[in-house]
Amino acid sequence: MDYFFQQLINGLVLGSIYGLIAIGYTMVYGIVGMINFAHGDIFMIGGFIALITFLVLVSIGLTFVPVILLVVLLVSMAVTALYGWTVERIAYRPLRQSFRLAPMLSAIGMSFVLSNFSQVAQGARVKPIPPVITGGYTLHESAAGFAVQLSNVQIVVVVTTVVLLAIFTWLVARTRFGRDMRACEQDQTMAALLGVDVDRTISMTFVIGAALAAVAGMMYLLYYGLVDFFMGFVAGIKAFTAAVLGGIGSLPGAMLGGLAIGLIETFWSAYCSVEYKDVAAFSILIIVLIFLPTGLLGRPEVEKV
Amino acid sequence: MALPVADRSTAKTPSTFGFIFKKAALSALVALALFSLMIGIRTEAGPSGQLIYWTRFGDLAAIVAAVFVGSILVELLRQWLGPAGTRTIVPPRITEGLSVASRFLAPALLVFALLVPVIFYNQRYLLDLGILVLTYVMLGWGLNVVVGLAGLLDLGYVAFYAVGAYSYALLAQYGLPLPLLSTAYPFITVEHLQLGPWAFWVLLPVSGLLAALWGVLLGFPVLRLRGDYLAIVTLAFGEIIRLVILNWQDLTGGPNGISGIPRPTLFGIPLNPGPNGLAGMLGIPFSPTHRLVFLFYLILALALLTNWVAIRLRRLPIGRAWEAMREDEVACRALGINITTTKLSAFATGAMFGGFAGAFFATRQGFISPESFTFQESALVLAIVVLGGMGSQLGVALAALTMIGGFELFRGLEQYRMLVFGGVMVLLMIWRPRGLVGHRAPSVFLHRERTTISSDMVKEGRG
Amino acid sequence: MSVSPDILTVEHLSMRFGGIVAVNDLSFAAKRREITALIGPNGAGKTTVFNCITGFYRPSGGSMRLVHDDGATFQLERLHDYRISKVAKVARTFQNIRLFPGMTALENLMVAQHATLMRASGFSLLGLLGVPSFREAEARAIDVARQWLDRIGLVDRADDAAGNLPYGDQRRLEIARAMCSGPALLCLDEPAAGLNATESGALSDLLLAIRNDFGTSILLIEHDMSVVMEISDHIVVLDHGVKISDGEPRAVRDDPKVVAAYLGADEDTAIEVMESGT
Repeated sequence: MDYFFQQLINGLVLGSIYGLIAIGYTMVYGIVGMINFAHGDIFMIGGFIALITFLVLVSIGLTFVPVILLVVLLVSMAVTALYGWTVERIAYRPLRQSFRLAPMLSAIGMSFVLSNFSQVAQGARVKPIPPVITGGYTLHESAAGFAVQLSNVQIVVVVTTVVLLAIFTWLVARTRFGRDMRACEQDQTMAALLGVDVDRTISMTFVIGAALAAVAGMMYLLYYGLVDFFMGFVAGIKAFTAAVLGGIGSLPGAMLGGLAIGLIETFWSAYCSVEYKDVAAFSILIIVLIFLPTGLLGRPEVEKV
Repeated sequence: MALPVADRSTAKTPSTFGFIFKKAALSALVALALFSLMIGIRTEAGPSGQLIYWTRFGDLAAIVAAVFVGSILVELLRQWLGPAGTRTIVPPRITEGLSVASRFLAPALLVFALLVPVIFYNQRYLLDLGILVLTYVMLGWGLNVVVGLAGLLDLGYVAFYAVGAYSYALLAQYGLPLPLLSTAYPFITVEHLQLGPWAFWVLLPVSGLLAALWGVLLGFPVLRLRGDYLAIVTLAFGEIIRLVILNWQDLTGGPNGISGIPRPTLFGIPLNPGPNGLAGMLGIPFSPTHRLVFLFYLILALALLTNWVAIRLRRLPIGRAWEAMREDEVACRALGINITTTKLSAFATGAMFGGFAGAFFATRQGFISPESFTFQESALVLAIVVLGGMGSQLGVALAALTMIGGFELFRGLEQYRMLVFGGVMVLLMIWRPRGLVGHRAPSVFLHRERTTISSDMVKEGRG
Repeated sequence: MSVSPDILTVEHLSMRFGGIVAVNDLSFAAKRREITALIGPNGAGKTTVFNCITGFYRPSGGSMRLVHDDGATFQLERLHDYRISKVAKVARTFQNIRLFPGMTALENLMVAQHATLMRASGFSLLGLLGVPSFREAEARAIDVARQWLDRIGLVDRADDAAGNLPYGDQRRLEIARAMCSGPALLCLDEPAAGLNATESGALSDLLLAIRNDFGTSILLIEHDMSVVMEISDHIVVLDHGVKISDGEPRAVRDDPKVVAAYLGADEDTAIEVMESGT
């Protein structure tokens, strides 16, 4: 039973990371109707930016961990958001009115560019960092000596996710930008006629999605203590699975889907086989799309004849 | 003649030096922000596993300067070509000229392909490259049936390539299982038939059929999916196949792959230095080039077979149903076309050719491992099909030639290869989202003169 | 033994979407070799009835029986969508034209003969080898298509993309395409929508020719009352998913309930209904 609770905690933490990435997929899909294939790599870039910033801060002699974390968070969010903005500007905006396959291939191309850019710029080897946040709590210790641990890193990951999610929800629900974004989702032409700057709204959507992916990248770095140039691909597909599972276009759905995928993956690894954990995640994607194409919280699409 | 247009463009966009300079400066600033950390600082895991870093501000400055200059050039080019959006990079006159030339281009390419082993007999590298290009031409033509004709976006085509390759490798290794009836319990025994020199010729169709079977297996669950969802599910399917191959070590050898795959024979006659080999039988000195030439003609024949079948199918009711399904699935249903079988037949046909190509790949390499069947391969083949112009056979061949040829140019710069490939993919989509050959030839005519349909009219399918 | 005079008998048909009742307990019959019109104000549920008949919707309740000239009977609510066209021989057109825009007019008509050609091509295997029997079947199919193109005056544009044809031609091509599938019952969803007076006149002639020359029964949804009154043998009026009138054009036109329904909906149309045919 303790083993189960430990896996539950691990799964929820992993799920928070997937959920943060999934929001980017779901927002972009909602507004421009395309799978942003490069989003997984934006997450990877976020991880790298966090790693480098961390290294720079430590080398200039900063030692107070909360300040380091805050600066790393802000820098990686800002720089990664700029990556998101640039990708949209270069690869997607010229193709917005084009036929459907073009932006998809452009996105795949961009994904290759980003992952190979960081391979060329930072080398192919895995980059480890020493644990920044240490310590934790033992929640329960069984007679057999197995302890359910809740580490401080896990607390930081979950708390950061919850706080950012709250800010983000407020942004979409209450601000001018959120209203513009929801208007563009419904009907871009009409929104433009009513004075919404569609280009800017779409750009902002990419920027926010990328910023959240950067947070996910940083949390990944803190939690696993490493980044590499290829981590975006698989994480991206899993986060996309999460977005679909939650119902694409639905923001709470993305988070819920992320948690579900995180839990499934963790339990699968714990009780079945580690080698096939990705196979399990991909199979779930296929099963969900076949039996529940609108996801958990999505709106059904009715075909007009 | 273009004077009025040029006038308007200058009136609309301020083409002053200041404007261009400001824009370039802004681009350079963005580049500086993007690359400061990623390029300016290089991290590496040190000898003791600890992270170290060094700075590369020179590289950073060079790249930012390059972005600045590049941005000026792009802006000048843009103003020179006219206002964005209204400009067509290739004038219609040239496109028409191309379509006339294309009638002679296809036969010319074919003759050239037939002569390649004669012209380049002594250049093994070029023959190897030719084999590689033709393999991708074949894969492109196979995927074209699914994506170009039927409008089903398949991002996991490499799965069928893998199934073909592993089917051949495993069946050649273990022998072809034949169920035989027997009198004793359990009444059926399985004999493994070793095929010896005929292995390739027997297993080539078997591999293709197995791949087609997998095509149907994949097709069934995804029948109802459309567009991007179909793309992502096929991608996941391709990854699942690869991961299973990677992890099922007992059968597939896992990451170590399978080696010692039998080489193809000239209908039973091996191409080796022994006395029973082709060279020995003909009484000529053996040369490893013989096998290369043979492989070249073999893949050429397979590619041409794919081409012939695809062209032929397009003019049959099934091909027309595929295209109709791409245009409008609802109308198809109203006309009594069974969408299920139509989709599955497209998947199976495409998969079968992928399987053939896979078997060829295995016999050519003599060694296969999961590394050859990554998502990048699927993306490459899909890029060839889309760049070729969705449904155009000639376009796909040209695209394969350009892509694989271009890839080889970067052979020396291995690590920049995928970076450039990705960048080229983005630029090509922006430049020609409809591909090189942007029109569709009707499958049947009432009148004599041959017309073509502009791709603006042709749908891309929602499936 | 005589075959039922009704080609299509709809009984107690209901269609609900969630809480909305689009069609409620509808019963009517369409007679063999007649043109039956289904009219009613916007949102009356006409297209929903079509979608049930042609299998795009599965009705919530009721039955639809189709009887061929040879007595073969089909319960449409039990057939899969494509089989309604293939086996029961019900063809349809769509309110917003659904041609294959990137294929030529001729190709559109060839696709409609899919079932016949597929059989002739030995499910592609014989066709791949180019056997003579398939070539003959294909030539016959082209001939059928040519006759229809001739009838709608599009022979010259046979090799042009359907999407490039003028709107009126597209409407007629869609009807020709439906006819190429050799239907026993042809369902037309607002074929005169967007046509000018001359074009709708030509359309009326075409539909009458289909009924008289081919003996095909027609079920028609139409708002253009001049067309409806001119060619219909029988009219069924729907309002809010319920049948409010059923009979010959003259009788329906004078039915106070119909006038009320149209008056409630739109005065101009109501006046049009009352004035047409007089």
